[in-house]
Amino acid sequence: MYADKLFLDYSIPKTLQLKLSGDWRIFSALPTVDEVIAHFSAHPEVENITFSVSENIEWDSGLISFLRHVTRESENRNIRVNLEGLPQGAQKLLAMALQVSEKIIQRPIVHEPFLERVGAQALRVTQSTLSLLNFLGDIVVSFARFFSGKVYFRREEFITILQKCGSDALPLVSLISALVGIILAFIGAIQLRLFGAQIFIADIVGIAMVRVMGAVMTGVLMSGRTGASFAAELGIMQTNEEIDALRTLGISPVEFLVLPRVMALVIMMPLLTLYADIMGILGGFVISTGVLGLNPVEYWNHTQSAVKVAHLWIGLIHSFVFGIIIAVAGCLRGIRCARSAVAVGEATTSAVVTAITCIVIATAIITFVCQVLGV
Amino acid sequence: MEKILHPLIEVRNLDLDYDDYLVMRNLNFKVNKGDIFIVMGGSGCGKSTLLKVLIGLKKPDKGEVLYSGENFWASEETRQQELMRRFGVLYQGGALWSSFSLAENIALPLQLYSSLNARQIRDVVRLKLALVGLVGYEDFYPAEISGGMCKRAALARAIALDPEIIFFDEPSAGLDPISARMLDDLILELRDILGATIVVVTHELASIFAIGDNAVLLDTESKSVIASGAPKILLNDSRDSRVIQFLTRGERQGAG
Repeated sequence: MYADKLFLDYSIPKTLQLKLSGDWRIFSALPTVDEVIAHFSAHPEVENITFSVSENIEWDSGLISFLRHVTRESENRNIRVNLEGLPQGAQKLLAMALQVSEKIIQRPIVHEPFLERVGAQALRVTQSTLSLLNFLGDIVVSFARFFSGKVYFRREEFITILQKCGSDALPLVSLISALVGIILAFIGAIQLRLFGAQIFIADIVGIAMVRVMGAVMTGVLMSGRTGASFAAELGIMQTNEEIDALRTLGISPVEFLVLPRVMALVIMMPLLTLYADIMGILGGFVISTGVLGLNPVEYWNHTQSAVKVAHLWIGLIHSFVFGIIIAVAGCLRGIRCARSAVAVGEATTSAVVTAITCIVIATAIITFVCQVLGV
Repeated sequence: MEKILHPLIEVRNLDLDYDDYLVMRNLNFKVNKGDIFIVMGGSGCGKSTLLKVLIGLKKPDKGEVLYSGENFWASEETRQQELMRRFGVLYQGGALWSSFSLAENIALPLQLYSSLNARQIRDVVRLKLALVGLVGYEDFYPAEISGGMCKRAALARAIALDPEIIFFDEPSAGLDPISARMLDDLILELRDILGATIVVVTHELASIFAIGDNAVLLDTESKSVIASGAPKILLNDSRDSRVIQFLTRGERQGAG
């Protein structure tokens, strides 16, 4: 193999001459050291290794790494290696490569016993709970300071954030909530048709959308859309030391970055939810009157009588709570982000997962409370 | 070393723009094989944009970049890729992939383009790390080593494929004077050992005088090259006040 590159010459007694020629660059296939090592075992009488290179040789690190290996192996077998036959540059480079020690510095890997890990995990849970409470406290304080006019508040940026998490989300919210309305109408139709009570589709769509679905769907959408973007934005700012820069100036990052975001989402979520309610009802209306053949006027009257102000309030309470959840989860994960590209990704994921989980839990709690209160 | 007729890199009538804003007009210069060539200039003069054009990341609106007489931007994309494989680039912040260990960072280009097997790759990785004085740190992640070490590791990655030309973007940025000096020495050593041609974009005077064989000075106001030649000679011979101000940190005013 590789006869054009490597030839082993035993013509001088006790000496192995490696004749190198051709392309020894890393882009071409190179002989492996094993072939030479095999020769060492077959010819135990060899005491010296010399090299000769032909005119046409082209070399780079490929040759050096090969030679380095050969030299090391020979030294282990007490064979002397004479590098003189090699090109000047290769000799220098090889000498450098041979100087370095073989040892690999171990990364400090900490082995934790099981109990220690459990303990550490428990401490982490307490710590993260405390840190969450701390963060919430900071937000409350900054709100208090805001209402007493002590916060440096950038109106233009706030309006940009409002726009990003409000009007920019309208197309997506329209599409999804209209589709949810349509789905509700179809599902209602399956059962109600059996009783000839299809007109009650209007009640189902209206109540479901206004009371819970509008808020939940908007919440899920906004977690993925705005919560993720908050986390990524603040995470990158943390990575770039922009948040440290705020702290050195005595500006609280919570006041400067978190407050406007929480405020924007708390304002926008109820509005978006109202919009989603309307779109959902509209979706149900179009399907019921267009496909299921209900009377538009009757449908409208039914919707009006079914949807009460209480439902509307419950829906708005949902959306208000979701707004806080999404903004806090996004900002918290962003600000607590570690400094690397991977960490920003993790922060974003965790922001979305936390927000959606908490939204579902909050929905369950609110529904239960409403049930108990009989609303 | 024998003289080669074609300059290794030749830039002809190149215009540089940044977001439609023209920063440099009608650049012309040549880089000879084996030189350490310095592109110097104040902040915002288009140094980094020029580097992007040279390494094939940004297509210029006007002008040509020739490598050994071959027009890079007029070539087919596959040919451009081949040419780019002959470049090594050390980015300003190192730009090591943070989810890879140092060994994996350096091994990736080898796995993609060389015909070496896994063991040979490991050998070459070790060799490259040895060249930058980081042998033994194979399993460390970029976040676990210091900024200077990151730079050196990034340099090891830049020379992984034994490039013909190594580009450096502000090599001393963010390094302490000693580390910066070490990196300069390393650049000189690499040029001698690997026989590579080196293009450095910088405004660090200490480095410019320590390593530069040849240089161009870009000027923001006139949007052109206002001086070219060996930095030390420029300092002694130039009569242009802007050149002297730049090369003496504004401590000496020029005659004109």
